[in-house]
Amino acid sequence: MDQFIFFLNKVMVPGLVTGSVYALGAIGVTLIFGILRFAHFAHGDMMTMGSYFAWVMATALAAMGIVLPIPLGFVVLPVSMALTAVVALGLDWAFYAPLRRRGAKPVTLLIASIGVTLMIQGLVRLIFGSSTRDFFVGNEEKVIYRIDLSALGGTRPLVISQPQIMMWIVTAIVVLALHYFLTRSRLGKGMRAMADNPDLAQVSGINTQLVVVVTWIIAGALACLAGTMLALDVNLRPDLAFNIILPIFAAAIVGGLGNTYGAIAGGMLIGFAEALAVFNWTAVLRPFETYLPNGWTFPNTLSLVPPEYKLTVAFVILVITLLNRPTGIFKGAST
Amino acid sequence: MSATRRTILTYVGLFVFIFLVGLWQGPQNITLLLAQSIAYALIALGLNIQFGYGGLFNFGVMGFLMVAGASTVFVSFPVNHDFWGSDGPLLLGRALIAFLAGALLVWGARQSDKLGVKGAWKSTLVVACWFIAYVLYRSQLDPAAQYIEAKSGWIGGLGLSPVLGWVVGAAVVAVIAWIIGKITLGLRTDYLAIATIGISEILRNFVKNMDWLTRGTLTVSPVPWATPLPQDLQAQGVSIDNSFLYARLGFIALTLVFLVIAFFLVSRAYAGPWGRMMRAIRDNYIAAGSMGKNVTRRQLEIFVLGSVLMGLGGGMLVTLSQIFDPSSYQPINHTFLIWVMVIVGGVGNNWGTVLGVLLIYIIWIVSDPIAQLMFLNLSHWTEQIGWGAIPEIDSRSLQMRVFVLGVVITIALRYFPRGFLPEVVRRDK
Repeated sequence: MDQFIFFLNKVMVPGLVTGSVYALGAIGVTLIFGILRFAHFAHGDMMTMGSYFAWVMATALAAMGIVLPIPLGFVVLPVSMALTAVVALGLDWAFYAPLRRRGAKPVTLLIASIGVTLMIQGLVRLIFGSSTRDFFVGNEEKVIYRIDLSALGGTRPLVISQPQIMMWIVTAIVVLALHYFLTRSRLGKGMRAMADNPDLAQVSGINTQLVVVVTWIIAGALACLAGTMLALDVNLRPDLAFNIILPIFAAAIVGGLGNTYGAIAGGMLIGFAEALAVFNWTAVLRPFETYLPNGWTFPNTLSLVPPEYKLTVAFVILVITLLNRPTGIFKGAST
Repeated sequence: MSATRRTILTYVGLFVFIFLVGLWQGPQNITLLLAQSIAYALIALGLNIQFGYGGLFNFGVMGFLMVAGASTVFVSFPVNHDFWGSDGPLLLGRALIAFLAGALLVWGARQSDKLGVKGAWKSTLVVACWFIAYVLYRSQLDPAAQYIEAKSGWIGGLGLSPVLGWVVGAAVVAVIAWIIGKITLGLRTDYLAIATIGISEILRNFVKNMDWLTRGTLTVSPVPWATPLPQDLQAQGVSIDNSFLYARLGFIALTLVFLVIAFFLVSRAYAGPWGRMMRAIRDNYIAAGSMGKNVTRRQLEIFVLGSVLMGLGGGMLVTLSQIFDPSSYQPINHTFLIWVMVIVGGVGNNWGTVLGVLLIYIIWIVSDPIAQLMFLNLSHWTEQIGWGAIPEIDSRSLQMRVFVLGVVITIALRYFPRGFLPEVVRRDK
């Protein structure tokens, strides 16, 4: 039983956490790709920026002496999400829209988004410095639940923190809301139509300008959400999301660029694959040692990939997917 | 002729600019900057071949530079007798045998269809063989790595000439580029960009964590120099200030030979039939393919050639700075910076590329002291009005150049998409 709890603590919980963050990021990437047809590299830094917005507001609330049962970072989320969405619209207006109007190639837009990445990164570090920040300021503390599983025969608790639980709830709500938006509302259907065939969507009377605006709003808000939740789970650093933008892209591509549901699946797949790859199997296999021939033991660390190579997992999956199924596991949008 | 005049005028302006910066920063600093620029120029020429001539989106420059740097260190660093006297070479030899055996196994599994193993069976067999090969290799390499790290730290170098190191670095990079190209060049442009970014991160991960081979985060220094060091010159009685200047000028003279040769060859290739074919493939690979050109092979060719230049430059950078620190390699400094140089200078134009290198590198270096100056003034002002001084000015102003780089690239893409010196396409009347 202890082995099972160890597995839950080391694989299921972190896998679900990173999976949710990747999924939320990948939804944004995949939506932008589906509608605007370019790989938006600055998405990771929109996440960082969004979480800094949330951090500033949470710190301000904490300074006013407000204490609530849930982390302040979650309380300010709607405002910071709206703010990030506005900034995303501004970025599009200033940097991407002029290039699109000129009819630039998608790769030019990709390079422009790298430029935007550098600008946001530089600005965040200029303003906030490059030190690590904690979301839990003042007398606020991260609540960690240690669920006692002795009833099931375990001796160790299942460890889950409050932000992690809230992250799962919020992710589930957002995914459901997005699903209903895309399948039931007129605008959402328009978005899917435009992802399928932009010209046909335009001639059939869909307001493509509006669709673009809505895309940026959703992508910006989700980026802020994902970034803030990641920052709540670990802590806030200027390179918070730049380090995970590549797994996010891997998730979006594995799920099929342009496919929202694929992005969610891809995010979860990569999150769990990373957790599984660095998992130390010896801890689980220890009870079976008695069945081994006499004198044989399991080595102390028996993980598929050494922990320092965790990053490579996402890319190996990405490369294999690109080689065997270039459009992703599910069918992606074609360009 | 207007293109030539434009080139000459721009270069005159650039030299005046360099001269002014040199007056401000002093001759020692500007020679260091020029020496670094020559290495970056080689790298940028490599990228210009790949992107400007061949239209390939290689965002993995950083990985190539790291591999080249590690190879240069391996060739040029003094011999580590502790390692060669221990069982380390033997263990590494066994790991190599395990690697080859694994490779053979996978190759065999891929050929299994000739024995009648088809479809899902073959896929399963290939995956199983990959797994076995991986376990086999890890089972030999892990103890070897642990043993070497415990006994002798790392394997050290060969103690040969740094110039040979650059060449070997270029060769190693060429092999890696060939493998990467084989895997990724069939991909669509934006997929290729993301795949190369990912591969360079993987390469970085390996160089950083293979402590037994590269010493990882412990860093290697001092890496031997290719030309007499300032200390050597001082021993001969040159004053301290001049010794730095002369040492750097010596380094510049050596690397300039490489740059001039590479530039000449690359420009000749551009004008020749080979260059025309490459541009044809870049502009319309379907048409080029239907004219009988082997598009994939040619793209692989240009990918490897460009990577060779990157390898040369990457080796030079390590020798010049005398320290190999895997953590100092960042996509911003070593991939995106090069891209900005090529795009701002002029994609497909070699003179433009070199211009872009000098211009962007100077802006990149100079924006740090300028930002520091601005911050100090601002801090002074906030202190006066009672808000207190700005903390961490040093680490913050270093970030200014990242922001400036972003601004430069977005402005360049929007207003000068073809760069300062655009590609000159000669057409017959």
